[in-house]
Amino acid sequence: MTDIIIKLTAAEIAEKIASGELTAVEVTEAHLARIEAVDEKVHAFLHVDREGALAQAREVDAKRERGEKLGPLAGVPLALKDIFTTKGVPTTVGSKILEGWIPPYDATLTKRLKDAGVVILGKTNMDEFAMGSSTENSAYGPTGNPWDLTKIPGGSGGGSSAALAAFQAPLAIGTDTGGSIRQPASVTGTVGVKPTYGAVSRYGMVAFSSSLDQGGPCARTVLDAALLHEVIAGHDPLDSTSIDAPVPPVVEAARSGSVAGMRVGVVKQFRGEGYQAGVLQRFDESVELLKELGAEIVELDCPSFDLALAAYYLIAPSECSSNLARFDAMRYGLRVGDDGTKSAEEVTALTREAGFGPEVKRRVMLGTYALSSGYYDAYYGSAQKVRTLISRDFDKAFGQVDVIVSPTTPTTAFAIGERVDDPMAMYLADLCTIPTNLAGNAAMSLPCGLAPEDGMPVGLQIIAPAMKDDRLYKVGAAVEAAFTERWGHPLLEEAPSL
Amino acid sequence: MPGITREEVAHLARLSRLELKAEELDHFAEQLDVIIGAVARVSDVADEDVPPTSHPLPLTNVMRADVVRPSLTPQEALSGAPAQEQQRFKVPQILGED
Repeated sequence: MTDIIIKLTAAEIAEKIASGELTAVEVTEAHLARIEAVDEKVHAFLHVDREGALAQAREVDAKRERGEKLGPLAGVPLALKDIFTTKGVPTTVGSKILEGWIPPYDATLTKRLKDAGVVILGKTNMDEFAMGSSTENSAYGPTGNPWDLTKIPGGSGGGSSAALAAFQAPLAIGTDTGGSIRQPASVTGTVGVKPTYGAVSRYGMVAFSSSLDQGGPCARTVLDAALLHEVIAGHDPLDSTSIDAPVPPVVEAARSGSVAGMRVGVVKQFRGEGYQAGVLQRFDESVELLKELGAEIVELDCPSFDLALAAYYLIAPSECSSNLARFDAMRYGLRVGDDGTKSAEEVTALTREAGFGPEVKRRVMLGTYALSSGYYDAYYGSAQKVRTLISRDFDKAFGQVDVIVSPTTPTTAFAIGERVDDPMAMYLADLCTIPTNLAGNAAMSLPCGLAPEDGMPVGLQIIAPAMKDDRLYKVGAAVEAAFTERWGHPLLEEAPSL
Repeated sequence: MPGITREEVAHLARLSRLELKAEELDHFAEQLDVIIGAVARVSDVADEDVPPTSHPLPLTNVMRADVVRPSLTPQEALSGAPAQEQQRFKVPQILGED
């Protein structure tokens, strides 16, 4: 029974719970058993909240017995990235500096999930403070890619993507600052969406780069991602950057997938040196498929995209150097060296040295450098100009097309250890995902096949204008349906059993 | 653009409140030099007459009525404190002895 339940989609689970065919407790127990069976190998979870999950499941079942109406995801299990605060449940952000911290409050996103009856199974592994593309920067050890455990599951949200691909949860939450939802989705054959900036509340989400960070849904199907998107998105008075406007009709779009008559852009800057042949092959096939499905393909030139990576690695570190100043060892988290002889400043420096890993230290120093007098205009100031140019390129592009498509990442999953001490090589994983973060618009990654040379999943990225998130789902659902028909089954059926 | 020296990294570490070890200084100096060399490309646009973008949304201050609302209790607010005394965060000395 466990084997059948864990393969169900979130939409199917919710339907079976609503109809009484399954109970939320049965579904939760099946997923907890799966975690128990495979997570020693995968290491997707930093913390499994068995009691909390079962209590939430029992509540959903009791509600149903009382005849109360259940929400569209009531009783469906979910893996939550360890960057969102959970009242009474540890939240580490993958860092030693928050080891053992128990937040006294729920993030708005956590609260919305609970209110919707979603069952939070536990907290997933991630690159420390969401800085990385492989989850190897976690202070708690790497996560394996369920397709090949010697390879990375992407990052920073590699725990969430691995949990989905290993059938430990049908839904997960990620955060995307430069690609941390989409790149993990791409390399694990799952679906991930970075909503429009400001669509999902950042209250209670540990800040990395505040003008770029955005929480979003991760799932195994486009419809499941849409159902989750609708639960977590919407205005929050506790986040001053939260958009006060109706959530685009994403579920409706996912249920009516079509690209007929749509104009789809292909950006010439999203290919070339550094792109794996098998990735480009699957991407070109996806473009052919879109044509067959009735889309018109438009070639686009976005010259400023060539500077996006450089601008990002100035803006994100600058904001993080400021955001991470709050980890000062005074009010919460780790404190090291407080032996009564040292000043507060010395204790802060000793704590940060002990509590932060190498990538966090690199970025904090890089940001401090970019913001320092003498370099500010040349680095941070220029990066902000690039940001304007990228937004202009997108505006021009979206004057001609409805959506843009590209490979999500230039390569498939690389080996654990391969790039961990070569920061620039690691940063290249985000080449295609970063422009969207800088402009604040919306994007999705969904599977488009396996690369012939290594048999690893390839992701197709779809990009839409801000607040047109529904277009991602409309196009994504059409592509997903056509590929599933062509393959005869969902791509994850081809993943090895763990 | 000039490269970054070991001394500059030591200075950045002090500004960043990171008590780096000597071997870390060497390693980071090498890596930061490579990263800064790569990202310096953005200065290609330094002379272009375009306004900077600091944020994807046109931000304005968000205000609410100044009324008392439920919030954390002192016990909850102090629950993660490394040290506390008399319902306050206890910190190492901030000012010198004299």
